[in-house]
Amino acid sequence: MTTVVSPGKGAGSGELAEATSSNSSLRRFLHGLPGVDQVGAEARAAMLGTRSIKTTAKEFAIDLAIRMVDLTTLEGQDTPGKVRALSAKAMRPDPADPSCPQVAAVCVYPDMVAVAKETLGTSGVHVASVATAFPSGRAAMDIKLADTRDAVEAGADEIDMVIDRGAFLSGRYLEVYDEIVAVREACARPDGTAAHLKVIFETGELQTYDNVRRASWLAMMAGADFIKTSTGKVQPAATMPVTLVMLEAVRDFREATGQMVGVKPAGGIRTSKDAIKYLVMVNEVAGPDWLDPDWFRFGASTLLNDLLMQRTKMKTGRYSGPDYFTLD
Amino acid sequence: MTEKNVSTGSTAEETGTRAVDPRAAFEYAPAPESRAVVDIRSSYGLFINGEFTDPAGGRSFKTVSPASEEVLAEVAEASAEDVDRAVKAARRAYTKVWSTMPGRERAKYLFRIARIIQERSRELAVLESLDNGKPIRESRDVDVPLVASWFFYYAGWADKLEYAGLTTAESGPPQPVGVAAQVIPWNFPLMMLAWKIAPALAAGNTVVLKPAETTPLTALLFAEICQQADLPEGVVNIVTGAGETGRALVTHDDVDKVAFTGSTDVGRQIAKAVAGSDKRVTLELGGKAANIVFDDAPVDQAVEGIVNGIFFNQGHVCCAGSRLLVQESVAEEVLHSLKRRMSTLRVGDPLDKNTDIGAINSREQLEKIRELSDVGDEEGASRWSPACELPATGFWFPPTIFTGVTQAHRIAREEIFGPVLSVLTFRTPAEAVEKANNTPFGLSAGVWTDKGSRILWMADQLRAGVVWANTFNRFDPASPFGGYKESGYGREGGRHGLEAYVR
Amino acid sequence: MTPTPSVGSSARLDVRKTYKLYVGGAFPRSESGRSYEVVDHKGRFLANASQASRKDARDAVTAARKAFGGWSSRTAYNRGQVLYRIAEVLEGRRAQFVEEVTLSEGVSKKHAEAAVAESVDRLVWYAGWADKIAQVVGGANPVAGPYFNFSMPDPTGVIAVLAPQSSSLLGLVSVVAPVIVTGNTTVVVTSYERPLPAITLSEVLATSDVPGGVVNVLTGDAAEVGPWLASHMDVNGIDLTGVEDRELGRTLEESAAENLKRVLRPAPATDWSLAPGIERMTAFLETKTVWHPIGI
Repeated sequence: MTTVVSPGKGAGSGELAEATSSNSSLRRFLHGLPGVDQVGAEARAAMLGTRSIKTTAKEFAIDLAIRMVDLTTLEGQDTPGKVRALSAKAMRPDPADPSCPQVAAVCVYPDMVAVAKETLGTSGVHVASVATAFPSGRAAMDIKLADTRDAVEAGADEIDMVIDRGAFLSGRYLEVYDEIVAVREACARPDGTAAHLKVIFETGELQTYDNVRRASWLAMMAGADFIKTSTGKVQPAATMPVTLVMLEAVRDFREATGQMVGVKPAGGIRTSKDAIKYLVMVNEVAGPDWLDPDWFRFGASTLLNDLLMQRTKMKTGRYSGPDYFTLD
Repeated sequence: MTEKNVSTGSTAEETGTRAVDPRAAFEYAPAPESRAVVDIRSSYGLFINGEFTDPAGGRSFKTVSPASEEVLAEVAEASAEDVDRAVKAARRAYTKVWSTMPGRERAKYLFRIARIIQERSRELAVLESLDNGKPIRESRDVDVPLVASWFFYYAGWADKLEYAGLTTAESGPPQPVGVAAQVIPWNFPLMMLAWKIAPALAAGNTVVLKPAETTPLTALLFAEICQQADLPEGVVNIVTGAGETGRALVTHDDVDKVAFTGSTDVGRQIAKAVAGSDKRVTLELGGKAANIVFDDAPVDQAVEGIVNGIFFNQGHVCCAGSRLLVQESVAEEVLHSLKRRMSTLRVGDPLDKNTDIGAINSREQLEKIRELSDVGDEEGASRWSPACELPATGFWFPPTIFTGVTQAHRIAREEIFGPVLSVLTFRTPAEAVEKANNTPFGLSAGVWTDKGSRILWMADQLRAGVVWANTFNRFDPASPFGGYKESGYGREGGRHGLEAYVR
Repeated sequence: MTPTPSVGSSARLDVRKTYKLYVGGAFPRSESGRSYEVVDHKGRFLANASQASRKDARDAVTAARKAFGGWSSRTAYNRGQVLYRIAEVLEGRRAQFVEEVTLSEGVSKKHAEAAVAESVDRLVWYAGWADKIAQVVGGANPVAGPYFNFSMPDPTGVIAVLAPQSSSLLGLVSVVAPVIVTGNTTVVVTSYERPLPAITLSEVLATSDVPGGVVNVLTGDAAEVGPWLASHMDVNGIDLTGVEDRELGRTLEESAAENLKRVLRPAPATDWSLAPGIERMTAFLETKTVWHPIGI
């Protein structure tokens, strides 16, 4: 994953820059995006869900999915022990099989970043930290920024911020935009690099696909590296149609600006079958360029073990059981 | 269709160890549905009076899989004599059993048939895809479920006819018409069978049905389902054959009702053939539907609707959205998205669960599509298809669009009945309506806009029997379907669909 | 009207009416210049009626097509009022119609009075249907999916009507009213031998808010004009009710097939005094079904 803040990122110039010049122009821009018909979007997602991925394609997809997992623990009961265990698993998901790839990142609360970082070392598995008063985002701006800086200082490679849904739903788009820009600046490190910024919409609270599309563009214009569906604390979390709309947004954003933005569905993806459906959707909607952990992630915890079980089934030809995989 | 892994300037750097080449394309391995579920006999007789019988003339024809040109079975060709036998069987069953049976008993037979269709759905889907060439995804997810639902829906009407609002001043509560002659096309073999047989039987008629000569197999499997359901003999008779058989059937003196789905030309011939008789007729014929996309459309769903509108079932759909009318201000954007989407369509083995576009149903139809497409070239329209590898055997045509088409082009006026879309533009809603209605057909139309009042205005103005707003190619047994003008008359589906089968 | 054998010095000479066609809201003579003699049931001369030609039929279809857009997009309530207005105006001219029906059909005055009264009542009956038929034959369809789906009737278009030959007024009203009340426009070929009430009805139509071209009335021979209407590609439906010759009925239906016209088959023996059903309306109504997704 690139760790250099690209200066041309987001709404750097032209039409998009103009759109962010005031709340009303931003509102006009976002409401000028094509609408999303719920039924049509859901039908398209359902159709993609009927793809049948077998044999070699399935092997490919399962390994890719493992590599895309942001192995997550975001609980009040998290302890250094728990985070260490999870980090160990992230690096060697299947102790019995060294050919098993490692996951993309471990995702924790800011206070656990240091622990995770210490365990993961130079393994290449990133540390992602939620920030900005996750999950509700209900805190003062300076607290959110301090939260972010803390996590970055503690060694977070990636920051998963939440947007202010209240501001978004009441139409204060510029406020949301400015906040993302500010958090992005707080992601900068003294050496000139920056932690990657994932922007969480909590789509379950935005309710409509029109809002998801608008939030996607808003975040991309503000310089998000990734757009992410959910905190995992609100139902519904990630769904196929929500992710579809976001994939359409990153596809369109690249066509408009040349910049690629990643997508991360998080919460509710528990089975290999589901993960493969998402990958099919990535492949056919955003395109194969997004079939890479740099551009697509799964925010998940239990998903990993199911992927491992399926992977073992593919390799051994017999069904495995939960006793053969670690519970961390 | 080959998945082109177009590298478009990803700047991602690789970090960490990667067990798999990250740039390997996500190639879907073949995922063929098993043929083993279906048992195709080497030869089939005619289903008359509850049993399979040999044709009087002893003639037969072959039905092939359009995807491979493999011969699937020999099928009996019914002569006029056989047709007469079938009509007599239907008449006997009508008089002695079916018309006098209480509606609630008829209903139970239809419910039983619906259930058997559900039970044997996989078998029906596979056989349909084999004989017709349509993707298994469609036969499995669209055709066969609709077939079952059609029987389920009309089963419920059988004992409620007096509530259907069809009581007339002259003849009181609805009565069955008698023996129905039903001739169906090859594009939705089983679904068209259901659309014809379910309402006919519910209303107390008996039927003689002729499936299309290129797709007789699922109708013959349906005959077996009738046997499994213990349907009284002669209530459903299935005579296989080509045009001559159909002619003998619709002109038979003892037929009371003719129902036909197919080309406008044949529909015209049938309408002429029954002129001056007492036969009732319903015709569901061709179309050249406009799919109208406004500048405020939900564009991603509109593109899906355009794709579904013209590439569903290889475009072998009478109500296909074969004329795209796109507002000039967004034409470029919509076409760009459409082409991108078309590049992900997967053409190939109909039995592969990932196939989006299957085989063209017959060599004859393929020739017709080629011929009209060539006319499109000659008339100066620009043809575009995505990069697409077509199988070496069988009948195939790539998904194709023509841009720069005007109303004067033949490809904008004639039904191509294949995966070929003609793209036209318009500037104002009035112009869209004018162009959409400027055709002798009037089966269906599509409208894509986020503005509610405009949808209702368009729906009111369009001269078409079905208007899909922000959707396309949706079907339901409760929803009347049928055309204006040369797209035919009568409705199938819903309460309206009963009207053709009662007097 | 009444034959006037001689003109005495004290008797006033009747001013006779010239019976013409009714096309596009005007009363032209036949473009062919032809007329034919109309006699009463005893063979006495009544009038010279215009004998419509194929070109008159063509002009009438053009007029009907031109009127279709406006008439079909009127509100149903408005069309109902217009039909009711026809009934009102007809009511006011009952005496004239009774006289014409008596002469044309050779029926008793009482019988003619009943026919005229029934004609008025039939118009009133159909007038009321204008804003009800859609609720009776249309409605919402409960499809299995997240779609709102409804069906509504839509007029078929331009309908040619070959009116009954014997029932000169009631039969005519009974075939014209159901066609136009739903928004169709029509070209009607009247009874050949008994055209006078039809022409007088045209005068009623012309003065009762019916837009020109909605009803076009051709007097003449259905066997001559009918085939031109049956084969006309801009006619969407044909009512053959008045055709008495079976063979003519068959050939007209055959011609009508050329553009898949909706055909109402011959029914010359219809007893027009009986209450009608809605079938004459539904015969020339299309069902339009509209789908729309339901979502947020």
